Amino acid sequence: MTALTMPARPKRDAGLRPVPWRRMAWVTWRQHRAALGGVGAFLGAFAVYLWLTGLQMHHAEAAYCHPAGSLGCGINFTGRYGETAIIISIALQAVPALIGAFIGAPVLARELETGTFRYAWTQGIGRLRWTVGKLVPLAVAVTAAAGAFTVLFAWYNQPWAAAGYVTPFSARVFDLLGVAFAAWTLAAFAIGVLAGMLIRRAVPAIAATLAVYAGLAFAAGLWLREHYITPLVTHSTNLPGSAWIMSYWYTKGGRLVSRSAISQELQGDHHASVTHVGPNTVQTVLDPVRYLTQHGYTNWTSYQPASRFWPFQWIEGGWLLALSVLLVATTVWLVRRRAA
Amino acid sequence: MNVIETSGLGKQYGSTWALHECTLAIPAGHVAALIGPNGAGKTTLLNLAVGLAEPTAGAVTVLGGKPAGSPAALDGIAFVAQDTPLYKNLSAADMLHLTRNLNRRFDQRYAEDRLAELGIPLNRKAGKLSGGQQAQLALTVALARRPRLLVLDEPVAMLDPVARHDFMATVLATAADDGMSVVLSSHVLAELERVADYLILLSRGRVQVAGELDDLLASHRMLTGPAAEASQFADRPVVHVRRGAAQAHLLVRATADDPVPPGWEAHPVGLEELTLAYLREPGAGALPGPARSRNTQPSEVTR
Repeated sequence: MTALTMPARPKRDAGLRPVPWRRMAWVTWRQHRAALGGVGAFLGAFAVYLWLTGLQMHHAEAAYCHPAGSLGCGINFTGRYGETAIIISIALQAVPALIGAFIGAPVLARELETGTFRYAWTQGIGRLRWTVGKLVPLAVAVTAAAGAFTVLFAWYNQPWAAAGYVTPFSARVFDLLGVAFAAWTLAAFAIGVLAGMLIRRAVPAIAATLAVYAGLAFAAGLWLREHYITPLVTHSTNLPGSAWIMSYWYTKGGRLVSRSAISQELQGDHHASVTHVGPNTVQTVLDPVRYLTQHGYTNWTSYQPASRFWPFQWIEGGWLLALSVLLVATTVWLVRRRAA
Repeated sequence: MNVIETSGLGKQYGSTWALHECTLAIPAGHVAALIGPNGAGKTTLLNLAVGLAEPTAGAVTVLGGKPAGSPAALDGIAFVAQDTPLYKNLSAADMLHLTRNLNRRFDQRYAEDRLAELGIPLNRKAGKLSGGQQAQLALTVALARRPRLLVLDEPVAMLDPVARHDFMATVLATAADDGMSVVLSSHVLAELERVADYLILLSRGRVQVAGELDDLLASHRMLTGPAAEASQFADRPVVHVRRGAAQAHLLVRATADDPVPPGWEAHPVGLEELTLAYLREPGAGALPGPARSRNTQPSEVTR
């Protein structure tokens, strides 16, 4: 009988070459090609639809909207395509969430739920390579697909931006343009894989991914985004329409005037009343801003100029990328230490 | 070389120890059976050995000192888990392809020949195969990796008798041909007598009996005699006493050469008798050496 051979320190087997990455790429493709194909078909169909309506829309804009705001433009461009454009941009908001839920969440949840992780994690390749070899190519694939889709959407959105109907900071389009759409898709995928690892069952993980993504997207749009860069402050009443207005307030003689004081001032003068505006009185009412300026008030506005669109895109893309890397790294760490 | 070696190994889930103070060494070249009641820690021990779980206490090494779960260990061990999990939506051919891509070695021809022999169509989805065929596919995929150690967790529990027989026949043939070691857990005792030549009895998270089956059987005898005289064996190492109205059956630690008292008959014991006796006496133990410490020689039952 051999004596017990318990080494003081585990020695590494020299010359044991790991299983090559490209073989893992085949495994990832084989196991997820159906889901990737589904997303590809969905985005493809969406893209064809965007392309077709986009072409008509571009023609309509070119034909009727020079100058913009004409009656013909209103009927043949904004009137005909405006509603569709809004619906499309809202529908696209859900795309990253769906990718995260249906590609990201099942990757690990399915293995843990069906017990196949006992097969996968005892193969010669090892868990670490297996996990990284799955998550990284999938993350790159969904991010690239979203990036390609952004290019198409930017083209689709162009007539609206040109005609001034959609500002670049509009909450409806900001995260569909630039690098944000790809970054949000990557983040949704990362949320999905971590949820799958933590919850270990596919359907609850899908639901959790949708909920967490929606919460994050709303929080970013409502509270976070406006703080990326300190807003500019101006007393000009003549801001370009593309600027993103954060807030405004009035001062008189260097002192801040409260809202209630302002409305009292406006109500005090019946000519400038803004509180009893009816459909037929609109044209007779004085512009309250001009009225207040004439009476010694200064109007201050804090805003983000449209020129900050790209810095904002990079900031949003940057923190989403950092978050995604953190979530994926956490997932890999959990896979490594998870006890069966 | 020991294919699995543990020292003071423990695994805690919540506040309960699924495995506690487990010290054992399974030498290479055996078909070792891990036996024990449900909840004895069989699956836990195997999960620790294949690197799926991390020990709470102690250490486990495989294939002659490699840390469990290390690349070298994963490379040399094939594991077929309970209920033989397969990707149900992949075809048999895809399962082979998948496993080939996940390992440094894979004997594609062997796998294809074996599936043909078993009549498992390569293009059939794993989920559409019968339970026996799924188990055979999982086993084929594991064997085609040409492992030095095959670990099977309750491999035949879900199979009908014919599928069970076919499955174990494959395992035994490969073990004999390739010199592959096998460690399998089971609670189907009747099945094991034909296949196992090494026995580890696990009870309440501890090792109760361990050793080569022939040695264990040779060192135990069943004594049958008058029930009234059963107490005279108090000084002998009696494992288990089963009293009838007139006769008592005593499982004792004795060899064929030991004298049999007058009025008593000695019979050789089988694996099932031996195992059941020990399972009913969780306090009794037959471990290599009387009070085995970490440095004693393993696997020697009688000395």
